[in-house]
Amino acid sequence: MTTLTRSAAPVVVKPGATKRSRRPRRRRSVVLMIMMIVFTVYSVFPLLWLIINATKSQASLFSSFGLWFGDGFDLFSNIAQTFSYDNGIFLHWFGNTLLYVVFGAGGATLLATVAGYGLAKYRFPGRRAVFAVVLGAVAIPGTALAVPTFLMFSSIGLTNTPWAVILPSLISPFGLYLIWVFATDAVPSELLEAARMDGASEFRTFFTISLRLLGPGIVTVLLLTIVATWNNYFLPLIMLSDPTWYPLTVGLGQWSAQASGVGAQPIFNLVITGSLMTIVPIVIAFLFLQRYWQSGLAAGSVKQ
Amino acid sequence: MTTTSLNHSGTGRTLRRERRDWRGWAFVAPFMIVFLAMIIAPVLYALWLSLFRDQLIGGNAFVGLENYADALKDSKFWESLWRVTLFLVVQVPIMLALALVAALALDSARLNGKSFFRIAIFLPYAVPGVVAALIWGFMYGDQFGLTASINDLLGSHIVKPFSSSWILPSIGNIVTWEFMGYNMLIFYAALKVIPTELYEAAEIDGAGQLRIIASIKIPALRGALVITTIFSIIGSFQLFNEPNLLKSLAPNVITSYFTPNMYAYNLSFAGQQFNYAATIAIVMGVITAVIAYIVQSRGSRTEDF
Repeated sequence: MTTLTRSAAPVVVKPGATKRSRRPRRRRSVVLMIMMIVFTVYSVFPLLWLIINATKSQASLFSSFGLWFGDGFDLFSNIAQTFSYDNGIFLHWFGNTLLYVVFGAGGATLLATVAGYGLAKYRFPGRRAVFAVVLGAVAIPGTALAVPTFLMFSSIGLTNTPWAVILPSLISPFGLYLIWVFATDAVPSELLEAARMDGASEFRTFFTISLRLLGPGIVTVLLLTIVATWNNYFLPLIMLSDPTWYPLTVGLGQWSAQASGVGAQPIFNLVITGSLMTIVPIVIAFLFLQRYWQSGLAAGSVKQ
Repeated sequence: MTTTSLNHSGTGRTLRRERRDWRGWAFVAPFMIVFLAMIIAPVLYALWLSLFRDQLIGGNAFVGLENYADALKDSKFWESLWRVTLFLVVQVPIMLALALVAALALDSARLNGKSFFRIAIFLPYAVPGVVAALIWGFMYGDQFGLTASINDLLGSHIVKPFSSSWILPSIGNIVTWEFMGYNMLIFYAALKVIPTELYEAAEIDGAGQLRIIASIKIPALRGALVITTIFSIIGSFQLFNEPNLLKSLAPNVITSYFTPNMYAYNLSFAGQQFNYAATIAIVMGVITAVIAYIVQSRGSRTEDF
């Protein structure tokens, strides 16, 4: 019997030998399909709930079934109300989030790119120490840093300013690691030598040649840092007391908390619509740039 | 032109090797300066703070390790630590197991529509933790959430997400929802780099799908499992956003010391006890680092086989 399977095997395997179509002869599995549909429903239905309920007025929220539309279609009036509530504070928060993302994520990506490249392409004294310290820092809980950072900033008068949110966002150890991994392969050392022979300075080489080769890695890090700063909650919550500097996350948290306690003023429809408007830009960015975050996660997980 | 300079490159490289090459520092220095200011300085400052205490008589005084001694005797701290440990022990394995199953399904040749499933399951990762907690908080609520509808359907008041025995599973569900897809992608990326020749060899030897999963895929995922476990442990010990936002919905169940992180936050911003808050933060940091280190070293030790 063994001989039978042995001799039959090469015939069966041959069509699967091409790398792309691994085992194409297999039938599709219904069980797998059903399982993945269950996973997908679990992942997507809270977002559906959000979209459906953003179309309801506050009264309709209470009177209608959660996973279906209510009596009227109030999405546009909800959006208008979200923008106009409390003298348009939501738009302010939106602008703040953009500010923190542009300078926080942008700065973090710039620093991580330059440093990751330096680590990958130069052998300098102290290089190993830099590695050990930076990668060790990944294990430090962000919250262990938050309170002392707040006190430090408070003593030099930086709390309640945009700096308090932007400065701590500038460090992305994981971003540095990704660029290091990426630059090792993407920028050939021979090319750098050639540029040196032609008399280009190190920085000129970096900006004219290496930066272009690092493109996909940079976009990946940018995407990850954008998500991190866009979704940042704990740090701005601690650092900021003036609502006009809040990002969207802290603002929404405050709107939600407004529903309970003394003098409660529930604005559930605005919290829901505001939440939807907070996630739309980041979800769109994810869908359009998925090629990049997938390759980034791949690089990060494989090279450990 | 390129060829000539390439020919020279060999000699150029050997020449440079002889001197110490400091040029790399020009690239690394900006990062390191900010790193020292934003990571190292706060850690040192927290250590410094933890050695002092505000006293009614004498103001801010050096107390040595007294804050640490207090923390070890603090039942609120232990209660919060016990709670996140329980959370960690239950939620992390469930989340990682689900993510693993989803990744193996994605990697199977017997599934259609992979890219759709991959994106749909990963999507929650893009949702800010705050918004995730708000959405689930609303759905848990019995005012206009789904809980009310489910209880109506069952005809009784069985599902109570905000009761004291349900609150941890409720939070665990939110965290699982947020990070299952992220972990799935890490597993999936690790599965993608397994050489196809291995599968072919296994098939020739007559190995079934389950055997291939057990003997090839799971061992190949060890590195990814270590990373995701460490990230999940760090995340669990830092738990803050979800309970802090659900607090307004379940004020009697979620205390000010529900998690160590909430405790440190409330100590410093409601109680002005900055020194003690710094102590709690350091103790948690040390516990996290030690556990992460153990997971890492055990995970890579078994890799030697």
